[in-house]
Amino acid sequence: MFDNLPRIVSVLLEGLPETVIATVGGIALTIALSFGGGLALLSGTRAVRLLARVYVEAFRGTSEVVQLFWIYFVLPVLIGFQLVPLWAGVLVLGLNHGAYGAEIVRGAVQSVPKAQYEGAIALSLSPAQRMRRVILPQAVVEMLPPFNNLFIQLLKSTAILSFITVPEVTRQGVQVLVPNFGSDIVLIFVVMLLIYLVLAVLITAVMRLLERLAATKVGRRPSSVARERVDDLGGVAAGGGGAS
Amino acid sequence: MSPLWDWDYAWSILPDLLRALVVTIQITLLGSLVALVLGLVIAVLRRARIPVVDRVLWALVEFIRSTPLLVQVFFLFFVLPQFGIVLSAFVVGVIGLGVHYATYTSEVYRAGIDAVPRGQWEAATALSLSRSRTWTGVILPQAIPRVLPALGNYVISMFKEVPLLIGIGVVEVVNEAREIASETFRPVEPYTIAGLLFLLLSYPASMLVRRLERRRAAV
Repeated sequence: MFDNLPRIVSVLLEGLPETVIATVGGIALTIALSFGGGLALLSGTRAVRLLARVYVEAFRGTSEVVQLFWIYFVLPVLIGFQLVPLWAGVLVLGLNHGAYGAEIVRGAVQSVPKAQYEGAIALSLSPAQRMRRVILPQAVVEMLPPFNNLFIQLLKSTAILSFITVPEVTRQGVQVLVPNFGSDIVLIFVVMLLIYLVLAVLITAVMRLLERLAATKVGRRPSSVARERVDDLGGVAAGGGGAS
Repeated sequence: MSPLWDWDYAWSILPDLLRALVVTIQITLLGSLVALVLGLVIAVLRRARIPVVDRVLWALVEFIRSTPLLVQVFFLFFVLPQFGIVLSAFVVGVIGLGVHYATYTSEVYRAGIDAVPRGQWEAATALSLSRSRTWTGVILPQAIPRVLPALGNYVISMFKEVPLLIGIGVVEVVNEAREIASETFRPVEPYTIAGLLFLLLSYPASMLVRRLERRRAAV
């Protein structure tokens, strides 16, 4: 039963770089769009708020697969050139999860006590300094646990890139292995799922470390257990319409 | 060159897309049913803290939550026939979606059950209510209304995940759009309409959930 195991593992691992690039690239774009979008949602200018709201609702309101196909099949018709599948994928992963992340950032910034704003004003810090040195360092502590969930959601979403021919782990398994090693089908899927599980555990480990660092930086001790409970009630954990 | 957006063409493909949307909604509703019932069963079972069962359930929930739904759906689709269980792609989709989201709803229920004050359990014991009466008459009626908004959000998420089932050939909206696009070589209208259909349903639904959330918070 395990005769083909080395072959199966090596074919699946050939897809690992694509999955990792998509995940890391998607996370980088997600972080940028989350902060950009989240701060824009809180902007004093009405037009900026509106624009950010349209972005967030458009991407949270539609299916990720539609977004992927739209960017891969429709956008080339409109702009005149075809995107490389992997980068189209990174773009969609980032845009989609960035919309959820923007709500996380908005919520975390709003959860910083009002006295902190007043204190920063009393110290005559400029609005930029206020945000960068006082508000954000405290908000980031609140953001990290929901971002952990969001990044795992993003990792899981990389599997849909198989639809646009990116040779990542899922495509390697379903297109290359299943037709050739039909009798080892259970083994193929167990290895495939384990690869994703390991990546998810890695993401969580890094995020826990960052949580501790961010908390000590603002002189707090992390209480992630209490916060996870709150997430579940708020439904932030899923890629759902939750994070409001 | 033809215009980027052709209204006549858009109108002509709308009926097919709407028919496929009905399939999407059917899968969402049936999948939700599985997720809502199975999630509750998992949450109540885990609350009983049966030594080995509890560890196994915990591991299973974490495993399913941490791995892609698409891979799980492929797993069901390819592996079940090996054990003589042949199901249609539609049914595999419902089961896959339902089981995946049951792991999320079970955590939601758990949070809701944990939020019921200890005194309620003690009072139920003092009244010597049976175990099942305690759950159905005291605990769940208090726990479930509290978590309805969160559950609603997951139903909306499921709706948006149905297009994953393209992988196993279910003809829902996006798959229909893909077929139309590949027949006519005009991708702009079908995919754009498919996206708008999602927005049209999920945006009002999430507004509704948000309102429910605010009402709960006010009480």
